[in-house]
Amino acid sequence: MQLNGASLLIELLQRQGIEIVAGIPGGANLPLYDALGRSRLRHVLVRHEQAGGFLAQGIARSTGNAAACFATSGPGATNLLTAIADAKLDSIPIVAVTGQVPTGLIGTDAFQEVDTYGMSIPVTKHNFLVRSAAELLEVVPEAFRLALSGRPGPVLIDVPKDVQNARIDVERLPEPGTADAPPEPDGAVLAAMARMIAAAERPLLYVGGGVVASGAEEEVRALSAACGIPVVCTLMGLGIMPPEDAGFLGMLGMHGSLATAHAVDRTDLLIALGVRFDDRATGAIAGFAPRARVIHLDIDEAEIGKIRRPDLSAGCDVKRALKRLNRLVARAERSEWRAEIQALRAGHSLALREEESHPGNLVRRLAALSPSDAVVSVDVGQHQMWAAQWWPVRRTRTFLTSGGLGSMGFSVPAGMGAALANPDRPVIVLTGDGSLLINIQELATIAENNLDVRICVLNNGHLGLVRQQQELFYGERYVASRFESRPDYAAIARGFGMRGHTLRLPYDEAELGAALEGRGPVLLDIEVPETQNVYPMVPPGKSNVEAITDAPVAGTAGAAGRSRA
Amino acid sequence: MSDNNAHGNGADSGGLPNTIVKLTVRNHPGTMSHVTGLFSRRGFNLEGILCAPVDGGADSVMYLLVKNDERLEQIVKQLAKLYDVKSVTVQDDLDHTVFNRIEELLSEAQRMP
Repeated sequence: MQLNGASLLIELLQRQGIEIVAGIPGGANLPLYDALGRSRLRHVLVRHEQAGGFLAQGIARSTGNAAACFATSGPGATNLLTAIADAKLDSIPIVAVTGQVPTGLIGTDAFQEVDTYGMSIPVTKHNFLVRSAAELLEVVPEAFRLALSGRPGPVLIDVPKDVQNARIDVERLPEPGTADAPPEPDGAVLAAMARMIAAAERPLLYVGGGVVASGAEEEVRALSAACGIPVVCTLMGLGIMPPEDAGFLGMLGMHGSLATAHAVDRTDLLIALGVRFDDRATGAIAGFAPRARVIHLDIDEAEIGKIRRPDLSAGCDVKRALKRLNRLVARAERSEWRAEIQALRAGHSLALREEESHPGNLVRRLAALSPSDAVVSVDVGQHQMWAAQWWPVRRTRTFLTSGGLGSMGFSVPAGMGAALANPDRPVIVLTGDGSLLINIQELATIAENNLDVRICVLNNGHLGLVRQQQELFYGERYVASRFESRPDYAAIARGFGMRGHTLRLPYDEAELGAALEGRGPVLLDIEVPETQNVYPMVPPGKSNVEAITDAPVAGTAGAAGRSRA
Repeated sequence: MSDNNAHGNGADSGGLPNTIVKLTVRNHPGTMSHVTGLFSRRGFNLEGILCAPVDGGADSVMYLLVKNDERLEQIVKQLAKLYDVKSVTVQDDLDHTVFNRIEELLSEAQRMP
């Protein structure tokens, strides 16, 4: 069959199972859009390319499948970069297709020309500059294979306009690219792992995004239950353990519960699964698990020994490893260690010392009012940490958050992607008044596509986490962290064509319930106290056990008590 | 990548001897950017590079002169992840005279206006 490069690319995307593409057309990708318009692909016209990238992430994060987005050359491509970098740091499989100026004009500073290939090298897993239509036959399946294999990540394909227009005779289309079989764990390592677990008195599981990517949450729960091993998770690992599980201590790190910090401090065997010892999770690395031997399993060999040298390790798929390990380990009660964990859990419960207006209570209330199958998409800042601390995340891939890059503006477009990929499930977006404005133009896309997205803006009139750090670490010198103007977000939402509500403190339960009830799109502008801080907080450069808390806690070694001003 | 990317021999100011990492890479225009970008991005030192096509131009061989310190293992692992890198080996047995010759050429170039 004879077709042009653009039609070939669209056909190859469909063969990859892509049904939705987010993007914005422009001069250098018009042939692609012409081909797209004649295909079965659903295109979602976003209002900023970054939102197209985050929308693709919302699909990928909520389903585990690779997703795609389009942008034109120049500013289209540069606008996309933040979303691609975000996918890189959180290992999310997306394929970005950018238009480029015609091959003959590359390097001439042509209109809307930037070196997309060069700029995307550091933020992609891999990237391609396509030089002929025939190359697409290899590059497109290869891009998807790379995005999905091993540690997932973003891949960019830059396609010059003449390549999109070039006619090509194709005899046979290539097979879609699929994930390579993951590396098998070494049996000897698993046997050694079982022996180390049996010998440990106070083992602790430290689990993260790799467990989610591998789909190993059942195996983690089984290992924890069989061997009496308590669990801490990273921000990316929320949902691996049910929140009520007696052995689950919650999220560790800069704003994690002190129970996790003390458990990590006490453990004699840290079993690190699908984690990368990120600085926000470990605090000062010298003080992290100082008494522990470390077992580290991760599919990315380069993560092993990068930050902490393990005593035993394997570069392998966590699910495959745990499936086999769980048949080797001896059941154990570890009643003494379990009792210690229960005491930590009881002594550091966040609920014990918060007053009614605390945003954590609002998060709890919103969770209670939300359908149980809702997907939550959160932004970046204080509300993100309150959501991580208080939203009961029961399943993986239902709590979408920009963990590694911390991109404000993530929640709304990622929530759109989740809504498109899960049309039968409501999406709750939790954002702040700082983050909302970074991609507020997407309210137009939400209204246009009538997506069931229910946006809750925790509005404190500040860049709250910045304000908090200025209070705690910069002598209360507040610079550029307070917003002087207070837009009427409910009116703005209505202006975009969706429902909008404003809720002031103290909230009327019935009003909150009524506003959140019913299918979206809807935006709730919810007042929260202006100067409420997120606690605990580990000061920069300190160990997690040195976290500042909002009130002195009796019997907490190392916790510097601090009263709220 | 260090500012002066073609100096150094057996032992340089850091005290640790240098070693040579040999790469076989796909020979296309972006490969050098991927390799050198990795070094600057991750703050690895790169003292020298030699690169030449082999296999009729399909592949290239790169010799990288790097510090033989505790980061070498991480450098090798990160290089191995690059798509265009087909193999990575640490060549402890190679002598560094080839890089010394580069240094001679550079100092010659400096002497000549």
